[in-house]
Amino acid sequence: MKIVLEPGTSLKNKTGGWRNFKPVIEMKKCIDCGNCWIFCPESCIRKIGNKYEIDLDYCKGCGICANECPTKAIETVLEEK
Amino acid sequence: MIVLGEKASYVKCRWKCEAGLSANRCWYYRQHLKEVSEEELFTSGHRGCAGCGNVITVRLVLKASGKNVVVVSPTGCTEVISTPYPETSWEVPWIHANFENAGAVASGISDAVKVLLRKGKIKSKPKVIAIAGDGGTVDIGFQSLSGAMERGHDMLYICVDNEAYMNTGVQRSGATPYGAYTTTSPLGQDTPKKDMPAIMAAHRIPYVATATISLPLDFIEKVKKAISIEGASYIHVLAPCPTGWGFPGEKTIELGRLAVDAGMWTLYEILNGEFRVTYKPTAKVPVKEYLKAQKRFAHLSEETIKKIQEDIDKRWAEAFR
Repeated sequence: MKIVLEPGTSLKNKTGGWRNFKPVIEMKKCIDCGNCWIFCPESCIRKIGNKYEIDLDYCKGCGICANECPTKAIETVLEEK
Repeated sequence: MIVLGEKASYVKCRWKCEAGLSANRCWYYRQHLKEVSEEELFTSGHRGCAGCGNVITVRLVLKASGKNVVVVSPTGCTEVISTPYPETSWEVPWIHANFENAGAVASGISDAVKVLLRKGKIKSKPKVIAIAGDGGTVDIGFQSLSGAMERGHDMLYICVDNEAYMNTGVQRSGATPYGAYTTTSPLGQDTPKKDMPAIMAAHRIPYVATATISLPLDFIEKVKKAISIEGASYIHVLAPCPTGWGFPGEKTIELGRLAVDAGMWTLYEILNGEFRVTYKPTAKVPVKEYLKAQKRFAHLSEETIKKIQEDIDKRWAEAFR
């Protein structure tokens, strides 16, 4: 048994496959409040300037971002594979 | 013009205005959220359930503390989801302790840091943070935690309370509230929830606080305060669990807010013996709304709900006098 020396190696486990519904952001409605970013359990919503981007490689589709968005700018749609 | 949903009224600023301003109107809420660190010290790819409250807690703690920390986790959800061998989700030094000795391991590290500083082997002093579940705090880890708090080591202990042993498949713990179904209390828990923050306050440590993940700014502020204080401090966080409580994953944050608004959970801090309520809900929500949103309370009769409501009314009157 060896020790795990490198930090953050769980990045290679892409959890996006767990998802049934995927979130889609409508940038027009976004007011840059940051709620989706602070509440995301997967840390997969990234802030780029005042825009937000969802990393679908890791998003498990829990829907917290859509539920917490005060302006309903995020919608969850059925994932088609 | 942006039309606000009903939920938006929940998003309030607790920092300067304290008025019930919604997110897009309140300048301060957005401004303060922007001050929160963007660095992700708990990476994606962990094995937490979709909508896990525990992971949000860990994220917020690490956002508040920054990189200069040593984290101790006993067995529990936090450990299981973050470190399936040979992977780790932590970007900070992390050690796994046994279920019963998170307090002891953290106090040992805190003393080791002191010695290393004295000998000049390290330059800056890392803060020791123990992040444990409610089983590892309220039941199994209680004696070592009590010892560590009483000896007053320089550490912060955070209890992530999801109100049962969720990792092993929802068994009752001392933190399970009255009436809740778990696999080992199939007719509903018949004892009240253990008041852990009050027990910790009885140790006369400098800082004790309760928080919830649904009010992130309040929580981050409390963690920052606890870290800045020399000596032992304790924070008890309510983290809703979709799997164990029985609600859809997207409602995690909503449930935490409902718990506070219904009076099931009070947010306060005790700094050097001085008690202060940090958030008073603007409107009291009937507890039925909180209970009916979860499967674990689905079996409750009207009489039991009335009993719970009466109990809450009593506590509410005491807390918000």
